[in-house]
Amino acid sequence: MDNKVFLPLLLVMAVTTYLIRMIPFTVFRRKIRSRRVKAFFDYIPYTVLSAMTFPAILYSTDSVISAAAGTVTAIILAYRGKSLLTVAIGTCVATFLVSLLLLLLL
Amino acid sequence: MTFRQGFKDGLAIGLGYLSVSFSFGIMAVSSGLTWWQALLISITNLTSAGQVAGVGIMSASGGLIEMAISQLIINMRYSLMAISLSQKTDKTMTVPARLFDSYFITDEIFGVACSQDQVGFRYMTGLSVLPVLGWTLGTFLGALSGNLLPQVVTASLAIGIYGMFIAIVLPVCKKSRTISIICVISVVMSVIFRYVPFLHAHVSSGFAIIICAVTAALIGVFIMPQDEEAQDG
Repeated sequence: MDNKVFLPLLLVMAVTTYLIRMIPFTVFRRKIRSRRVKAFFDYIPYTVLSAMTFPAILYSTDSVISAAAGTVTAIILAYRGKSLLTVAIGTCVATFLVSLLLLLLL
Repeated sequence: MTFRQGFKDGLAIGLGYLSVSFSFGIMAVSSGLTWWQALLISITNLTSAGQVAGVGIMSASGGLIEMAISQLIINMRYSLMAISLSQKTDKTMTVPARLFDSYFITDEIFGVACSQDQVGFRYMTGLSVLPVLGWTLGTFLGALSGNLLPQVVTASLAIGIYGMFIAIVLPVCKKSRTISIICVISVVMSVIFRYVPFLHAHVSSGFAIIICAVTAALIGVFIMPQDEEAQDG
């Protein structure tokens, strides 16, 4: 990627991420009392990950079919409570096998 | 609490980070970044979801404001963790120490640090060494394999990080009705942003994620039952 595009974006990204951690850690020292504000902060990680994963996961490989196979595998393994690493490996393996199959068939 | 003790406590986190950042490295390179650009992102940010969104914005040549807002929203939880960690710190956590250690506040480091009665500068810094090493080394190895392995293999590995995201979200959805509802809302909105041609053409992916996530979380705040204890992030 061209550094003229990359470096300014990297700088903004790193500085924002640092300030989000640094300012509250250094300046604020009191507890958040509001139940609703606390809940909002608790919910954000999950809604972010959901929106980031779907539908982007379907376009993360060479074909939607192999990506769909990986997605279904991920959902089944995650639903059964497997660890992050197991789910990740299972997802990759299922995607890889279906990609190979597609290469052979097409 | 000594540096040594922290260093040991960081081993498990470091190993976990090695594998997550490996997927990130692969994903970054397959999005058009060079290996050292991927490495630079990991060294300066130390966060998974924020970096994946960041790479998405970079590969779409997104704007600086879009980048700042998306990182702000996605990483907002660190502010809450920083505040809560701040209440456990001892006298060794001076202002310069805070300026340094705040860079290491991630979900897992926060989790382990908070399980201690008190957190000092030496412990917190020791705890962070192996996770940072694991995160950068994993990114480096992932980016390198992304360049060396055949296309069919790297394309299959790039999906891994999304698999991990599913593995983070689904178990929590099983436990909390509110969180499962808002995750479905977030996904449905994200699908609408992707497939409605007008929205897809005018709203970049970074902003779409922000809009979906904030709307869904706000809905959650209003529909959550009075007695539900919110899950830890």
